[in-house]
Parts: sequence; C-alpha cells; structure tokens
Amino acid sequence: MQFSRDERLFNFFNIAILIVLTLLFLLPFLSVVSTSLISGKEYATRGLFILYPRQPVLNSYQMLLGQGSIVINAYFVTAARVIVGTGLNLLFTFPLAYVLSKRKLYGRVPLTMFIFFTMLFHGGLIPNFVLVEKLNLLDSFWSMILPPLINPWWLLIMRNFMLAIPEELEEAAIMDGASPLVVLVRVILPLSMPVIATIGLWYAVMHWNAWFDAAIYINDTRKLPLQLILRGILEYGAGQYSDYSGLAEMTELADPPPAESLKAAMIVITTLPILMIYPFIQRYFVKGIMLGSIKG
Amino acid sequence: MQQTGGEQLGVGVTPASSAYTERRGFREAWRQIKRDRFLYALAALPLLYFVIFQYLPMVGVIIAFQDYDPFLGIDAMFSMDRWVGLKHFRNFFDSIFFWNVMRNTVVISLYKLIFGFPLPIILALMINELRMRLFQRTVQTISYLPHFFSMVVAAGIVRAMLTPQGGLLNQLVVALGGEPKAFLTDPTLFRSILVTMDIWQQAGWNSIIYLAAMATINPEMYEAAAMDGANRFQRMWYVTLPSISFAIVITLIFRIGGMLNAGFEQILLLYSPSVYAVSDIIDTYVYRAGLIGRQYSFGAAVGLFKSILALILMYMANKVAQRLGQEGLW
Repeated sequence: MQFSRDERLFNFFNIAILIVLTLLFLLPFLSVVSTSLISGKEYATRGLFILYPRQPVLNSYQMLLGQGSIVINAYFVTAARVIVGTGLNLLFTFPLAYVLSKRKLYGRVPLTMFIFFTMLFHGGLIPNFVLVEKLNLLDSFWSMILPPLINPWWLLIMRNFMLAIPEELEEAAIMDGASPLVVLVRVILPLSMPVIATIGLWYAVMHWNAWFDAAIYINDTRKLPLQLILRGILEYGAGQYSDYSGLAEMTELADPPPAESLKAAMIVITTLPILMIYPFIQRYFVKGIMLGSIKG
Repeated sequence: MQQTGGEQLGVGVTPASSAYTERRGFREAWRQIKRDRFLYALAALPLLYFVIFQYLPMVGVIIAFQDYDPFLGIDAMFSMDRWVGLKHFRNFFDSIFFWNVMRNTVVISLYKLIFGFPLPIILALMINELRMRLFQRTVQTISYLPHFFSMVVAAGIVRAMLTPQGGLLNQLVVALGGEPKAFLTDPTLFRSILVTMDIWQQAGWNSIIYLAAMATINPEMYEAAAMDGANRFQRMWYVTLPSISFAIVITLIFRIGGMLNAGFEQILLLYSPSVYAVSDIIDTYVYRAGLIGRQYSFGAAVGLFKSILALILMYMANKVAQRLGQEGLW
C-alpha cells in the first residue's frame, strides 16, 4: 500500500510520540537500575542518577545478599508464600468453581449470590484484623495464606470457563462407570488447564506483590516477606537490619555503597523475578481481562 | 422458591392442595441434593472459607456500635453491656477529620479520573494505528510493565525519582539552576505526584480493554471511510471512537462507582504528616486512628460508613449501566 504525504506524516508523529511515551514508562525503572550499580566513589564525584554508571559495581547487591542476610531469608518467606498460597488458592477455587458451573445443582443461584455479595460488601479493615487476631493467626505464616484463599472474581471467571465445557463429556464418562471424583480429575481438570494456569498466575503474582497483610499481621522480622523488607529499607534505611548478619558488614567494606544505591538495589532484587517471567506471563493477564463478564 | 416452600411446610399454614405440591417439591429437592451429595461435599470447605473470612468480619462490624475491648473474650462482642449505639459514627461526623478525609477521598479520586481516564483511550488509539506488529507489541508490553510492580516497588521508584538526595527530578532542577526540593513533603505537589504515579502505573494496563474493543471493528468500515476520503484522524474520530464508546462509558461508570477507593496502599506508602491535610483519605484514617491508634470500635464505624457508601455507589453505577442497555455487573 502506498502512503500519501499526510499518512506518512501521521505515522511519523504517531511512532515518535509512542517511542517517547514508552521511554517515559521505562525511564524510572532504568534509572533505579543504574543507581543500584553506582559505587561510593563514583557517588562522591558525580552524584546519583547519572543515566549510566561509568564503573558499575555490585557492592550493593553483595551487601544485601550477603551470607545470612535478612533479604535471603525474606526471599524464602515470599517463595513459600507464593508456592503454598497459590497451591491452596487453586485447591479451594477449582472445586467450588466446578460446583457452581453445574446448571442443575439445587440452590446454585443462592450459592452464587452468597459469594457474589462478598464482592460488593466487606467488613472492613478493623473487623478483619480482629478476626485474624481472634483466630490466633497474628505473627503466623497462615495469616498471609488463609484470608485471601479464594478471590471471588477469579472464582466466577473460572466458573464461566467451566460452564462452556459440554455436559455430554461428563455424562459419557459416567456411562462408562466413572465415579464423580474420577470425572472431576480425569475429564474436567485437563479441560480446565488453560483457566487454571491463568488464574494460578494471577494468584502467584498477587502473593508475590502482597505486603499490607504482612505489615499488619506479622511482627517477627524473620517472618516478613520480601516486600516488607524492601519497605523497611526504603523508609528507614538498611541500617535497621544490621542486627541480622550480612548487613552488618556494610561498614567494613572498603567502598560502602551510598544509601540510595542500596535502596535501588533492593528494589531491583524484589522485582527481578517478576521481570524475568513477565514476558512469558503477560499474555495470560491480557487474556484474563477479556474474560470479564461474570453474570450467573 | 423451593426453599421457602419447605419452611411453609414446617409452619403448616398453607392450604392442603398446595401443601401437597410443596411436599412434593421438598421431596424432589431432597432427591436432587442426595443425588449431588458429592458436589455439596466438594463445595463445603471452600464455602466455609467464605463464612469465616468474608462473612464473620461482616458480623464483626457490630463492634462499631460498642466500646469494644480487645482484651475481653468473643462473648463480650455479643453482650449488650458495651452497646453505645451510634456514638462512634456521631464522633466521626462531628470530628475535624470528617470533612478533611471525605474531601481528600473524593478530590484525589476525581483527579485520578479526570487526568487518568482519557489517557488510556488516547494510548489505545495510537497503538491501534501502528502498522508494525513487533513495534506494537513492544509498546504494549512496556506500557503494562509498571502495573506488575508491587505498590511498595512502585512507591520506592517514585521516592527514588523525587528524593532531594540526588533524585532524577532534582538533578534536572539543579541542572536548570534551581535548588533541590523535597517534593513528597510539599502539600501543593503531593496530589499531582499521586495522579502522575497512577497514570504511569495503570495507563498502559487500562488501555487493554479499549484495544480489545478495537480489535473487533470490521476492517471494511475503515476501507469504506478511506474510500470516502476520510483521513486518519477522521477515521479515528468517526469509526474507532464510536465503536469503543460503549467500553468507554461502562469503564467510566464503574470508575465512578469505585470512587471511594482513592488508592489506600499508594497513599499509605508515600504520605507523611506534612501532607496529611491533602492526602488523608477514609482508608488511611481508619488505619491510623483505628488500627495504629487501637480505637477498634471507632475504626470499624468509619470503615462501615465507607463500606455502605461504596455499596450504594456501586449499586447506582450498575443501575446506570443497565439503563444504557449493558448487562451490568449483576
């Protein structure tokens, strides 16, 4: 196709503006990455947030990830949270989604309303906190796992997917003498893998990024997830964790990194796993937005 | 409904003939329940989750009408001794904080709406006009990225940009001959920072819904418009925009329905006492006064006030959506 002069002009400006916008989206993060690589010496002579360091060093990372560091500990907490949390999320969401997808189930509509109502009305922050306190879950790993066990929106999205599975498939399996459990595991589960993968990823990212629940429920520094160690370092500096070995060595380094560089490195450490899988998971999230309607 | 039929049977006030059909309906229901017992067993544990972690807190809001003492047992929550009626609500409405947090909640939400709502539409229009697939995908991927950062990371990046200790923006200010400035503690700038950060984090992501709507437009419409001599802007204006107007209206309605959520986590991570006057919203106030200040009953009352307002707003948003011929949320 030949473009006219006007068309070419339009394309040129459209592309130029989008390139600028894209760089603006990216710039804040890139400048944090470059800050994380600046050495104390370079900081003293050039100041921070130069677009790229002349002599990039990994001092900040070494300090944060040093032997026995609280950051490593928090990584394990977060990893446990993502794995255990997502596993249980799916274990609870999948069966209920299946039950709600049974059109002939007695009481299906009131059951759906019972769940739907929780999307519109919440007890609020304080009653939730009191509940977790009364259940003796304060300072427990489970305070991060149990309260967000089922996301009602995602549950209904999963149910919508399952509504589209033809009932004849199940009926045929039952004719062949399969028990309901076998039908669920051998017929429904394999057919639902796309939606399970999608929603599993949503739960996993939710767990990786969650921080507020741990902020109010967890006191013990050793039980804090990565996001909260990051928050602590951002707001009060890395020094507060000097009781935990690894960070204590910061003053002994020949060239201790500047405080801003430590903070930046901690941001990168917290985001890196998301960044690494992001290109692969992105399309699942985009697809999920389209699964919008949740009418019963 | 069959369930109420069952109750009527128990009371025994229905005429004989209908009692017979009711009884049959009840039997039929019982037969179905027995047939599907496996399904009910599967649902039991997940439903228990909803009872404990979603509905118990709703029962727990009764502490908003009491002088709740966290050191007393659960039974204290259900005794009338500590009942104070609407005291905490009245205290909230009469306090100097009431208008401040209400104003901040609405104003911050409105700013985010006014400045943040059109941008994803414009971004989607521009991305839609790209002819190079690879470039199109790259722009999209990068623009969604900030959405996947946790709020702590996003707020950390914003802090790094704005710090007077050599943040990028202050470097720019210094390079232009100015003095480094503590942006985050400046009440005149704080809301603008919130809005800008919100746009950076969400604009790309919010454009997805419009791009999806654009993908369903019949290409023949563009060809016909081009045939009639419409240029690119005219095609955007007369073909693309009308085709996504429905998505725009629905998104707008539900954004307004969710107005009272002005960005709790974002504000909590960025604000400080020097900007409370312009940034303290209902949620942050509940957190500070209720949880940190350990005024559980008062905090629960303020939270309940917000939950009820939010429910009404959402209900109205849904009604409007239905009026417009859209299915709505329910």
